[in-house]
Amino acid sequence: MKQALLMLGCWLALWSTQTMAETETTPSYEDLLIELTEANLNTTQPILEQIEATEHPDVLVLFKTLLDGNLNFRKADQALISIIDINGTDQYTEFSTGTAIDPLGRRDVTKIRVNNNLRNYLTSAIGRLQLTSPNPELRKAAVLSLLDNLQPSTAAELTRLRTEEDNRSVLASIDLALAMYSAESGDSTAAKITAIDKLSESLEPSARNLLFSLERDAEDPAVQDAATEALKKIDGKVTFYGYVDQLFFGLSLGSVLLLAAIGLAITFGVMGVINMAHGEMLMLGAYTTYVVQLLMPGYINYSIWVAIPAAFIVAGLFGILIERCVIRFLHGRPLETLLATFGISLILQQLVRTVFSPLNRRVAAPDWMSGSLEINPVLSLTYNRLTILIFALIVFVALLLIMKKTALGLYVRAVSQNRDMAKAMGIKTDRVDALTFGLGSGIAGIGGVALSQLTNVGPNLGQAYIIDSFMVVVFGGVGNLLGTLVAAFTLGIANKFLEPITGTVLASILVLVFIILFIQKRPKGLFPQRGRASE
Amino acid sequence: MTLWQTFLSRRNSLGSPVLPFVTILLGLTALAAVGNLWFPPESALHVSTYTITLLGKYLSFAMLALAVDIVWGYCGILSLGHGAFFALGGYAMGMYLMRQIGSRGVYGDPVLPDFMVFLDWDVLPWYWLGMDQFWFAMLMVLLVPGLLAFVFGWLAFHSRVTGVYLSIITQALTYALMLAFFRNEMGFGGNNGLTDFKDLLGFSLQADTTRVALLISTALILAGLFTLTHWVLKTRFGKVIEAIRDGEPRVRFLGYRTDRYKVALFVYSAMIAGIAGALYVPQVGIINPGEFAPLNSIEIVVWVAVGGRGTLYGAVIGALLVNYAKTRFTALMPDGWLFMLGALFVLVTLLLPKGLAGLYGQLSTSWKRDQTDQHPPNKEATS
Repeated sequence: MKQALLMLGCWLALWSTQTMAETETTPSYEDLLIELTEANLNTTQPILEQIEATEHPDVLVLFKTLLDGNLNFRKADQALISIIDINGTDQYTEFSTGTAIDPLGRRDVTKIRVNNNLRNYLTSAIGRLQLTSPNPELRKAAVLSLLDNLQPSTAAELTRLRTEEDNRSVLASIDLALAMYSAESGDSTAAKITAIDKLSESLEPSARNLLFSLERDAEDPAVQDAATEALKKIDGKVTFYGYVDQLFFGLSLGSVLLLAAIGLAITFGVMGVINMAHGEMLMLGAYTTYVVQLLMPGYINYSIWVAIPAAFIVAGLFGILIERCVIRFLHGRPLETLLATFGISLILQQLVRTVFSPLNRRVAAPDWMSGSLEINPVLSLTYNRLTILIFALIVFVALLLIMKKTALGLYVRAVSQNRDMAKAMGIKTDRVDALTFGLGSGIAGIGGVALSQLTNVGPNLGQAYIIDSFMVVVFGGVGNLLGTLVAAFTLGIANKFLEPITGTVLASILVLVFIILFIQKRPKGLFPQRGRASE
Repeated sequence: MTLWQTFLSRRNSLGSPVLPFVTILLGLTALAAVGNLWFPPESALHVSTYTITLLGKYLSFAMLALAVDIVWGYCGILSLGHGAFFALGGYAMGMYLMRQIGSRGVYGDPVLPDFMVFLDWDVLPWYWLGMDQFWFAMLMVLLVPGLLAFVFGWLAFHSRVTGVYLSIITQALTYALMLAFFRNEMGFGGNNGLTDFKDLLGFSLQADTTRVALLISTALILAGLFTLTHWVLKTRFGKVIEAIRDGEPRVRFLGYRTDRYKVALFVYSAMIAGIAGALYVPQVGIINPGEFAPLNSIEIVVWVAVGGRGTLYGAVIGALLVNYAKTRFTALMPDGWLFMLGALFVLVTLLLPKGLAGLYGQLSTSWKRDQTDQHPPNKEATS
């Protein structure tokens, strides 16, 4: 009996040590979460590694919450709570069950803190976890996030995943990661050099950094040379895409200039009226956008579609008003027109300052215009600039059609070429003048809508563009819409290509000087009108 | 004929408005000077130093208006960039005044102005050399605006850029210069410009006597330039200039090199603007790139338009009136001034195309309708 008791005792002891040993080697997911709440910054990483090893389905969410700094625990029972800031109010959720709970006091919860080392670890762990995500975008992002921290285990995992992967873009990124791995820790020099050759095709910053370190630190001179070669190739590509980027910015500036100048091309170019208040028409359009957004606060994404016609009407009506009240009395006296319209521009600016405020106003961009189109790691085109570029071209084509295909366009051209003859043919020149001026001003208003998406809206918005607009119209050739288009893009691109060399201010000065010299040589612009219209 | 009648009858003879203009200008200046220096501050006849400075400022603006009237009123060249010549003259004077500060600056460097010490510059840029000599600085006041006007005018008039195009290019010119002067690397003090001046030719700029002397010099120079300009415009050269205003192609077909006449006049006008700038700077105590702003240049045009162009004295009266109104208005309601200025532009061009001087002319012709020596109405500037 005594023996039996002893045996039982031994067995019990063995059993308990056995279970204890088991808990030592593989503690359960739940236990680990408790441990996590007790750990300090130095002991957190081993716990996290164990958590990752459990392959529990919640690990990914847990790591993401932790990385974002939203993971807390309740002091009372050490239960994990995620606190997420949604529109300024904190949303409390019990982590294990995923149910929302009432907010707790600041003293009842403790945040689980992470430092940079842990963040690095979490980022790559999330990457490893996402490698098997069903979403190809996520898989690709996961592979790319691993690039800076390639371990033999990761490489093996990637090699295995490569056989299962069928998405081409994900495959390419896996290949890049494997090439980077073998370039750094490949078996032979030949393997390293082949991998480096592969890397020279890539524009990823991580690949470039690796090549830099190889060029500097690799033991084998052949590897160093290969890295130098690859870097040269990459640099060439980066320079090329840099030019493409500058070209895009130039086109973008050109489209802004086009939108600013195209209304002027009608009033100044076709009608021959010097309207110094043209810049203020842009400003009115921009302020209309601002007001429309104020009037429909919940519909930022749609307000722009209301703002475009509204700006056209507001600026157009102001234009007609100016034409009827001032400009028509000054026919054939361009210098007086210039002075009078300058006075109007001062009045409009002050009006806006009084009604709104002298401070700049910000117009929110609709969602579909934010973000950018990523073509490759070194080249991305922002959607708002892209949209405005396309928008400018649409406006231009529309205006061209109005001038060439409609009755109004015909009348406008007739009146501008020979007022008396047009009158004799029964064209109501007064009405045509007013409508044309309204059209030119309205188009400027639409330009203002586009400008409000790029810069802040303020009383001086128009002034900044008036000289440039005149330059564009004069450079392109007065009365020639196509010339205005070419001139706007030429000046925009020239400006952006000069900027990195000379700086912003000097670039605009150089462009101004260039135009002044150009007008000396060809006073009628790039595309002078020929025949009677030029008289 | 009494002396008074002789005085009045000169209106229709050569050099007509010169004598009354100079008399009134110098008389008023003398009164102001006496009022400031001889009467104690508590006397009713005392003129405050603030008023003296303000008058000096107005007179330099009047000189600037004179410069614009010369090219716009007599040759039909509407320059929207005369502020650039004014500012260049001002900067030349400012550089001289900067060098006079010597080691009294904040950093106490005997040679370098404060802003250069601040920018860690070791040596004076070459274009600052010689600016410590008064005669050299005054030469630059004439030469720099003159040279710019020559190059610009030669390019523009030689290729027959006229009318509105010219106006816009002149505006672009002053705009480009403004951008350039805003840069610290230009070596002109960037944003802040040149300021903290101490003395001019050894006289403290804060002293009442210096202020009065500056006012008197401004008045004397204005009177001198007015007389000179009047004489220049009465000569054969002046007649050709007026003919160019009224019909440039005809003058050209008659065999005159119209572009050279225009360049000469433009340079002359730019130099006057430069002198005005040089007189303006010591009186207000600062010159900064804001003077290049296109709006400033266009304001000058409105002074001339209000006073009436093509008369010289009209430009002076316009400058004095508009600036007086500006001073009063900005003190009373700061926001209202731009409304006023804008309305002035519109109303003057619509209702008073010849300005106040023209209004007087119109009224007097209607009074003297039956007189035989009726003055032919001034032709509009065509462009």
